[in-house]
Amino acid sequence: MKVLKEIDETQRRIFEEVAELHEIPVGAYNLRANGESIGRNSTAEIEIKSKTEGSGLEIYVKPGTKNQSVHIPVVISESGLKETVLNDFFIGEDCDILIVAGCGIDNCGTANSQHDGIHRFFVGKNSKVKYVEKHYGSGDGSGKRILNPGTEVYMEEGSTMEMEMTQIKGVDSTERKTTAALKKDAHLVVRERLMTHGVQYAVSDYHVTLDEDGSSADIVSRGVARDNSYQKLDLSITGNAVCSGHTECDSIIMDEGRILAIPSLEANCIDAMLVHEAAIGKIAGEQLVKLMTLGLTEQEAEEQIINGFLK
Amino acid sequence: MLDLQNLCFEVNSDGSEKEIIKDINLSVDENRFVVITGPNGGGKSTMAKLIAGIETPTSGKIIFEGQDITSMSITDRARLGIGFAFQQPVRFKGLQVIDLLRIAAGKRISLAEACNYLAEVGLCAADYVKREINASLSGGELKRIEIATVLARKPKLAIFDEPEAGIDLWSFQNLIRIFEKMRSEINGSSIIIISHQERILRIADDIIVLKNGAVDRSGPAGDILPAIMGTESAAVACGKGEV
Repeated sequence: MKVLKEIDETQRRIFEEVAELHEIPVGAYNLRANGESIGRNSTAEIEIKSKTEGSGLEIYVKPGTKNQSVHIPVVISESGLKETVLNDFFIGEDCDILIVAGCGIDNCGTANSQHDGIHRFFVGKNSKVKYVEKHYGSGDGSGKRILNPGTEVYMEEGSTMEMEMTQIKGVDSTERKTTAALKKDAHLVVRERLMTHGVQYAVSDYHVTLDEDGSSADIVSRGVARDNSYQKLDLSITGNAVCSGHTECDSIIMDEGRILAIPSLEANCIDAMLVHEAAIGKIAGEQLVKLMTLGLTEQEAEEQIINGFLK
Repeated sequence: MLDLQNLCFEVNSDGSEKEIIKDINLSVDENRFVVITGPNGGGKSTMAKLIAGIETPTSGKIIFEGQDITSMSITDRARLGIGFAFQQPVRFKGLQVIDLLRIAAGKRISLAEACNYLAEVGLCAADYVKREINASLSGGELKRIEIATVLARKPKLAIFDEPEAGIDLWSFQNLIRIFEKMRSEINGSSIIIISHQERILRIADDIIVLKNGAVDRSGPAGDILPAIMGTESAAVACGKGEV
């Protein structure tokens, strides 16, 4: 990867993990490593600038911008670094864009490393946004890898937002808080994938309000808690108009893993249609047996089932 | 190819031992299409599971191609060439049909190859290959995908546990065609089907009737079929709903 400032192998590997970046991305980007920007590019349609106060970015997408992307991955490879970053996205009307975020921490030291990233999205009328966020941790130090992402989404009339949130490996502690408020005919789709292992702790909290007629939200969270890890999933939708909302919380527990799922729905309008599904359980024995009859060992079968579940 | 020697299987039910399989001795040769039939509760499915290693016999031996596989795991038996199609196929959230076919084939088969297996079981491949094996698939669709996974494994011995259970009459007609084709293309392998459907029994080379956990009668289909026609062991599809 060619960047404006030198990066080391670890940083390069993490950029690949969290944003699938093998080289400088096309379009607008800001690459952040150990608390500073190491490469930035704005385009004619997408402007990225640093906040005048505090740490973070302001990203402006001009109305009518189509088929363009913004990459803003973050890497921390310095043990003990703690940062809070606030990024604001102002997306004009009639846009169609892809935003790739994500944060990876490599901690080989003894001090805790922590990134608290808050993203606020102001999605303009009739705009379409796809947001991909991947969290990852590595390193064999005793210092913890802590990520606390906050996401706020404000959706104007007719806008659509699709969010893919993935945290599969290596993050010791995470508290994710996502809120969204939707206006007329706005649609939000969230697909969350979460795997915890060791003694990891993960909280994921969604609160979506469907404020105007024709709005909808579909939130599906799939989680796997292995070893002695713990997950708390709090999915809540409030329907204040003629709207439809669906949340699904589907979890596999293994070993001594524990999961608490708290679904909540609030309908404040007679025409609000809200549905919640939740299921927690271990891998079904018959699934393992089926894959073993296809020649896999029990362990291989388990991995296939989990990989498929989290795909 | 397969020899069952003095095979017994008991379960502990309400504190007392119950014999499900009672001292069964059987042989299945190469290139044979064998149907095991008999009344419900006669031990047919249990016998199929004993062969595949899903259940372990209380006593007796299972010999496959001259090797004693009695204490072998399900995985090892599968790797030796025993394939098993479940009576009630399992659903997997997230896994796609292509994933399951690749696992079955033991290699990363191409989409075109996967589509061939699906076409063999009468599924329009393009519609199914990327489908998740979840609750959105009907019983008949799942059953055909289940059969496709066994085809993709190319087992020496394929066992189908009541393939007709839970499918509608239209799917049943297709199923018969699939088995007729398998019978005509048998080459160095063998097929065992647990079924009491007359149409499937008519494809068989050999029929084994299991009753109360023991072999009631067995032999070439031409000898056995006339004697069991019209009984519980050879039911005719009624055309109303599920067969």
